[in-house]
Amino acid sequence: MTSNSEEPKKPGVGQIFLEELNNQFKPPKKDDKKKGVASQTLLIPLLAVITGLIIGGIFIILTTEQVYAAFGQSFGAGLAAAWDAVSKAYSGLFTGAFGDPARMIAALQSGDSLQIRRAFNPILESLVTSTPYIFAGLAVALGFRAGVFNIGAEGQIFIGAITATFVGYSVTGLPGIIHVPLALLAGAAGGAMWGFIPGWLKAKTGGHEVINTIMMNYIAFRLSDFLLTGPMKRPGSFNPVSPEILPSAWLPRFFPDPIRFHLGFFIALGIAYLVYWYLFKTTWGFELRTVGTNPNAAKYAGMNVTKNIVLAMSLSGALAGLAGANEVLGVNRNLAMAFSSGYGFDSIALALLGNNHPLGVVLASLLFGTLRSGATRMQLTAGIPNDIISILQAVILAFIAAPAIIRTIYRLRKPTVEEAGVTIRGWGG
Amino acid sequence: MASTTNSQMFHKTFVRESPVRQRVMGAFFLLLALAIWFFFARSVDGGAISSFGLSTFQAKTQLDPWELPTLNTLYVLAIVCAVFGGIQLSRGFKKYTNAVLAVVVAIFVFGFLVWATAGKSLNLVGLFNTTLSKAVPITLGALSGILCERSGVVNIAIEGMMLSGAMVSALVGSLTQNAWVGLLCAVLTGALLAWVHGVFSIKYKTNQIISGTVINIFATGLTSYISAKFMQVYPALNNPPTFGAIAIPLLADIPVIGEIFFVNNLFVFAMFIFIIILQIALFQTRWGLRVRAVGEHPKAADTLGIDVFKTRYTSVILGGMMAGFAGAYFTLGSAGRFDEVMTAGRGFIGLAAMIFGNWIPTGGFAAGLLFGFADGLASRMAILGITIPSQFLLMLPYIATMIVLAGVIGKGHVPAADGIPYEKE
Repeated sequence: MTSNSEEPKKPGVGQIFLEELNNQFKPPKKDDKKKGVASQTLLIPLLAVITGLIIGGIFIILTTEQVYAAFGQSFGAGLAAAWDAVSKAYSGLFTGAFGDPARMIAALQSGDSLQIRRAFNPILESLVTSTPYIFAGLAVALGFRAGVFNIGAEGQIFIGAITATFVGYSVTGLPGIIHVPLALLAGAAGGAMWGFIPGWLKAKTGGHEVINTIMMNYIAFRLSDFLLTGPMKRPGSFNPVSPEILPSAWLPRFFPDPIRFHLGFFIALGIAYLVYWYLFKTTWGFELRTVGTNPNAAKYAGMNVTKNIVLAMSLSGALAGLAGANEVLGVNRNLAMAFSSGYGFDSIALALLGNNHPLGVVLASLLFGTLRSGATRMQLTAGIPNDIISILQAVILAFIAAPAIIRTIYRLRKPTVEEAGVTIRGWGG
Repeated sequence: MASTTNSQMFHKTFVRESPVRQRVMGAFFLLLALAIWFFFARSVDGGAISSFGLSTFQAKTQLDPWELPTLNTLYVLAIVCAVFGGIQLSRGFKKYTNAVLAVVVAIFVFGFLVWATAGKSLNLVGLFNTTLSKAVPITLGALSGILCERSGVVNIAIEGMMLSGAMVSALVGSLTQNAWVGLLCAVLTGALLAWVHGVFSIKYKTNQIISGTVINIFATGLTSYISAKFMQVYPALNNPPTFGAIAIPLLADIPVIGEIFFVNNLFVFAMFIFIIILQIALFQTRWGLRVRAVGEHPKAADTLGIDVFKTRYTSVILGGMMAGFAGAYFTLGSAGRFDEVMTAGRGFIGLAAMIFGNWIPTGGFAAGLLFGFADGLASRMAILGITIPSQFLLMLPYIATMIVLAGVIGKGHVPAADGIPYEKE
């Protein structure tokens, strides 16, 4: 088995505790060494995003036929065409994400409420897109904090959506105030179950959670395929789609159509605060993080490593399940096959971009949600497929994961204090 | 021959021979016997006959179908399972337990087939052909994983490398109208992505699972982008020539076996060749010993003068080439066009097959066949009119992988330094 001598030295439990006390009682600003780290933890994601956008721009130029044609005429025309392509794409992205300022002003002046709603819809739609990202990003981040890599958020989202949908259409006669929380809870419970199994297997048998959660993903897909073509199929429908969720289980929307902005966004923010409170303000959270940083030290300090791993995976699954529940109850109002569009894998990028901190995850989710939402419009106006966002995400994630690259590009100094990395081991350990 | 003894030690599985395990296994065999009787035999007509086709309509010599009296066959199978269970409970098969387990499970699956075809007919050659072709990308994915992980680098980016290989081979194949050039470019694409994975995980010592995720997200985005922007707009860009089936002279005329194994396309033959080469290369050559040494104990390997970084780069890039090759199977060997996310998770299943096969090429192939068989059988369930939803059948390989990973079948041998970046002192 792995010899411990090879692994970098982990801080002991006492050391972690002392650092924790430091953080509690001494604001990090006064500590010079800490300051370097703190500024870089903000600077590196920022630079990563900017670099990602630049690389995305280069990519757009390289894949636009008109640019090549223009370069064939003259160098200046080529540059102009390149600039044109990028600016068209990114302005499409911007107006798609935040709305067109000119249109907003015109709508406000006209005073027509439908016009106003349409003009302001993009920015609210970005928030709608961000909401599942917040839940899923929190799910992965919480797992990372406990040293487990929940790569199976996708499957947990599916199961959460299934259970929430089921409660949403099968339980009748409840008032919304009970039905909505019940459906959300069902979603969380479904996801938690899907996270519990790999967590339990990891803690009891050492089966690596990465493989197990990937397997659970496929089992979830097959299960939902079965349910949507069988027991949960909408009567009379030829498509694999569930019955419509009852209005009493809908997450309330704040504005009339076409604005889909719903309560889920605020629930997500509330949950993010809860996760923050749990991780950083409670003894349980401290245990969870200690198990994540150094399971051996945690064990010697009398903490129950098994329990914490299972708990972390279950909580992580519950959060992912909430993402699924939120989507079906707030946006789709039914469950169809292929409803989750890669939230599970994107959420890994979110957790890392947000440095596994709830606040960071919320900000990262807002960024990615905005990009995704804006990309739909960019696809229409500039003809750039919205898959460019995945490329951006990958590039950003690459820079976050290997900050040395960003430091080389921007000639930053290496921080004096070792930054907190992700502690995930291979299959063996 | 120090290397041979070492290699045997390296891939020896550690079978638990605890009395509890012996009893559990014995009870499991009896349970399967009971299941054959309870679920299959009881619901079958006394006079029903199960008919298995042994040649497709293309075969030169048409064989008569193999006909079995359903009920009696099921009784025999149940009794054989029960006898195995009895022996396991009383004496135990000791180190052969896992082999017997495989036999009993195979008997159970055969019993299932006999039951499912009661009063109907099922073409076994067709079923095994599907199994084999479905096993190709999974097995090649497993080989890719084995190459990387034997040297100590976890590669969950097989999926992304496959997807990129599939896209590039379709694009280049269409542009040049030459399948071989397409194939070559797919392999090179896999190598390029693997090199990136190597730079991240070997040079920058990034977490290898995250690095793999980056490549997966990137590959999904890139292939879908190119597909949406060009390949769907200009159909000429998505029309590559494909590798057709080749019949190997003489061997192809052997009844049953000839049709299953010797009438196939390039990818199936290549898979067999790769399995053999990799099996020998890993366990019988100096290169293989070095790769495994680097994956087990890089520090010791370094001390003995093996260049850890170089060995890892080589293995990872070779693994990437294998994944790129597997990707070309989807477009040049099967569909004849590229569709967005067409690999549909085969890379991840390849990873599972690698674990299932205990990081051994032949084991990976066996696991690939298992997954392929489930796929092939599921597609025939509807034709046979079986009421069990095929989705549950398709779940079984995943569940089996989780069981294997949990160590129920015996502790697998994970390369000890798998996933741990090497720091040179």
